[in-house]
Amino acid sequence: MTSTETPTAGRIGDSPLRPDGTLKVTGEFAYSSDLWHDDMCWGVTLRSPHPHARIHGIDISAALALPGVYAVLTHEDVPGLNRVGLEHLDQPALAEDVVRYQGEAVALVAADHPETARRAAKRIVVDYEVLPALTDPRHALDDDAPHVHPDGNLVRAMKIRRGDPEPTAPVVVALDFEVGMQDQAFLGPESGLAVPDGEGGLDLYVATQWLHVDQQQVCRVLDLTPDRARLHLAGVGGAFGGREDLSIHVHACLLAMHTGKPVKMSYSRDESFFGHVHRHPAWLRYEFGASDTGELIYAKADILFDGGAYASSTTAVVGNGGTLGLGPYNIPSVSVDARGVYTNNPPCGAMRGFGCVQAAFAHEALMDELADRVGVDRVEIRARNGMREGDRNITGQLIDSAAPVAELIEIVRDLPLPADPVGERDIRDLPGGAANSTHGEGVVRGIGYAVTYKNVGFSEGFDDYSTARVRLEMTAGEPVATVQTAAAEVGQGLITVEQQICRTELGVDRVVVSPKDTSVGSGGSTSASRQTYVTGGAVKAACEAVRASVLARAAAQLGARNLRLDGDKIIAENGEVLASLADVLGDDAVDETVEWHHRPTEEIDPETGQGNAHVQYAFSAHRAVVDVDVELGLVKVVALDTAQDVGRAINPDAVVGQIHGGSAQGMGLALMEEIVVTDGKVRNPSFTDYLIPTILDMPPMQVKVLEYADPHAPYGVRGVGEPPTISSGPAVAAAIRAATGKALRRVPVRPEHITL
Amino acid sequence: MRIELTVNGARHEADDVWEGESLLYALRERLGLPGSKNACEQGECGSCTVYLDGVPVCSCLVAAGQAQGREVTTVEGLADDDGLDPVQRAFVECGAVQCGFCTPGFLVSTHDLLARNPSPSDPEIREALAGNLCRCTGYEKILDAVRMAAQS
Repeated sequence: MTSTETPTAGRIGDSPLRPDGTLKVTGEFAYSSDLWHDDMCWGVTLRSPHPHARIHGIDISAALALPGVYAVLTHEDVPGLNRVGLEHLDQPALAEDVVRYQGEAVALVAADHPETARRAAKRIVVDYEVLPALTDPRHALDDDAPHVHPDGNLVRAMKIRRGDPEPTAPVVVALDFEVGMQDQAFLGPESGLAVPDGEGGLDLYVATQWLHVDQQQVCRVLDLTPDRARLHLAGVGGAFGGREDLSIHVHACLLAMHTGKPVKMSYSRDESFFGHVHRHPAWLRYEFGASDTGELIYAKADILFDGGAYASSTTAVVGNGGTLGLGPYNIPSVSVDARGVYTNNPPCGAMRGFGCVQAAFAHEALMDELADRVGVDRVEIRARNGMREGDRNITGQLIDSAAPVAELIEIVRDLPLPADPVGERDIRDLPGGAANSTHGEGVVRGIGYAVTYKNVGFSEGFDDYSTARVRLEMTAGEPVATVQTAAAEVGQGLITVEQQICRTELGVDRVVVSPKDTSVGSGGSTSASRQTYVTGGAVKAACEAVRASVLARAAAQLGARNLRLDGDKIIAENGEVLASLADVLGDDAVDETVEWHHRPTEEIDPETGQGNAHVQYAFSAHRAVVDVDVELGLVKVVALDTAQDVGRAINPDAVVGQIHGGSAQGMGLALMEEIVVTDGKVRNPSFTDYLIPTILDMPPMQVKVLEYADPHAPYGVRGVGEPPTISSGPAVAAAIRAATGKALRRVPVRPEHITL
Repeated sequence: MRIELTVNGARHEADDVWEGESLLYALRERLGLPGSKNACEQGECGSCTVYLDGVPVCSCLVAAGQAQGREVTTVEGLADDDGLDPVQRAFVECGAVQCGFCTPGFLVSTHDLLARNPSPSDPEIREALAGNLCRCTGYEKILDAVRMAAQS
């Protein structure tokens, strides 16, 4: 990625255009798969075809003998510790004696052409002894279950206990729910370029969500110090959690160090489905006890996440599923057990919504059940039980900023509904669309609602910070700010936000965003809806430091106090312009770096689950309207409307864009998106068979944005990216239930669930 | 093998092309034109869409050799000396670009749609762009961009 610069004005609250927009529409923006280097070669990965097998030997001789092949590597070629993992170092960078899932990396090839490398990989002979695979997570903790890892199959169990340990209620409803495995399905394949420097180090250009944690992992496996493994953010074609774990990083670096040549790797779509973690499938058992009028008295939940073969971020997903798994409701007595387990299924980890998505399908389905049982309107029951500012959630944490659950659900209820269908309909508006499977006969309309809340930022005591460096100088007679962070721009628009904050704080028009790399301190992860909050906070703090430094310099030069900086002017308390920035700075630059931490969170009590686990909560609501062909089981989402509190919209257009895209992903999980795994094997690793919503599937969306500033957050911002993915799916599922009268206790909802 | 073709009005040739290479691979890796994108390489996502003799195709499904002697227009060829094409400008201005990986394909498909149908209805837009996947935007702002481009 090159330095980006734009003369477009735009401070916070405006919606300036993204500075990389023109490069992206002309085809000049350099994504990680576009990189090219003189004399580069291509790397490919050989992966296990078995969900569980012992490796007795690997014969690479035939692969090495193929003309054009530069290197074939196995775990024996790993110079450092052969372990990777975000929270547990449990995964070999290249398999040793055992493979634990279909798709586990076993060997690497570098060659002069990607096809040569692929053919060489096919010549590698791996002597596998196929072992029985543990593929049903519901039996992972049985006494006789085979151990996926030596210490057993439990990744994390958490419990939350609050209120009456043996509560009773006049009305009790319960259900079991199952959520399938969703894929992030970012469009830009995992890819990058590793370039050795000839002095024992290298530069890695890669698409990722967190450069510094990648750097740590690369250094550990390659036995390099951080100064010798410099990471640079290449253009990122979407992320959604799927780029938190490593993909090509270590492998490309191993090949580059071994061959001494630049190595490019770029996964095919098929390999991408094996090359990143997925959203955890989940099995959920919920029970609500309530008064005759629907006020919740107690809730019990038992949640099981299939973590697959390696832990990835399962620990934190269990933490979210447990602490947030009962939704944004006031519940006096609570018992929650959440567990994540190892199996020989594909590893699961981060995806947008992170543990809350699965739980929301269950608590929202059960809330509808409760509403119907007590005869209270489905919107009213959510408003009645919804959290408000000043309440405490199920871990006992005080909700100390806005919690407008009732307002959000009432807003979406009151948004205009699509017109009721009359007369002959355009078949493109009907379930089945141009397949011409109905002209309206058998089509029933339904409406569904859902609300959610989601933590923003990293939780449970994690020191979650970001680093920003801001420089201010005069260039060609005009003040120019340069902002440098390592925080990943993945399409969401962080670089635009960084510019807006600099313009706002320093009053300058021109802000250059430096390339993202590890030459500045960590920006933390582009996940958990946290970057506008945390890196935004860091940029704001760095700008404040720059401003203070400029004014101190001006005060010394001018012998004046209480000055302020506005663009290129130094202004006295009485409004008089005392000097220009050029006078004060001359040829110097003021350059400040700040590491900014959000207020601390804490670990929760291991027995009760009580504690201030999260730094901030974000709330949203959705209303879905669907038409269902009840004879064929086909669904057309007619409208998907939402309201969300974003605290303060730094860039209102980008906020709405996040809400649109997040809503689409939630709808996808409700209707069509599932990685089908049978006996540990992925059945549909392609965009032919793994379906994501197209422009024909998406309905028009009405978006209502509330701005109740969070007094604890920079500018009052609240994370935006994830809530829409959480509340949209349950609203769609509820609408299908409303249309069909079916219980529908599993998503994605398939046609046979509706018709049979 | 050797291929010769015209891309964005300029003659190009490449030697030592393996017969199995796609037009997409040749554009990206041999001709220095990586604007067309490689998201699925099986004709499902539309991100590699280019014009081949004026007809939009998934360049991942066309063998490089099939482009011998033919004319190709890629996303890099949409803008001219006067600046961005109205379709490109509309995508930037409407916020239809987030990660942008699908954008080159959407631009070519939209360019083709508006050449055939200068004032498409929303259902016509949706039908014309149904072969292009986007994972970031939920398509709302893409629809805005197509409507804006149609009016300019």
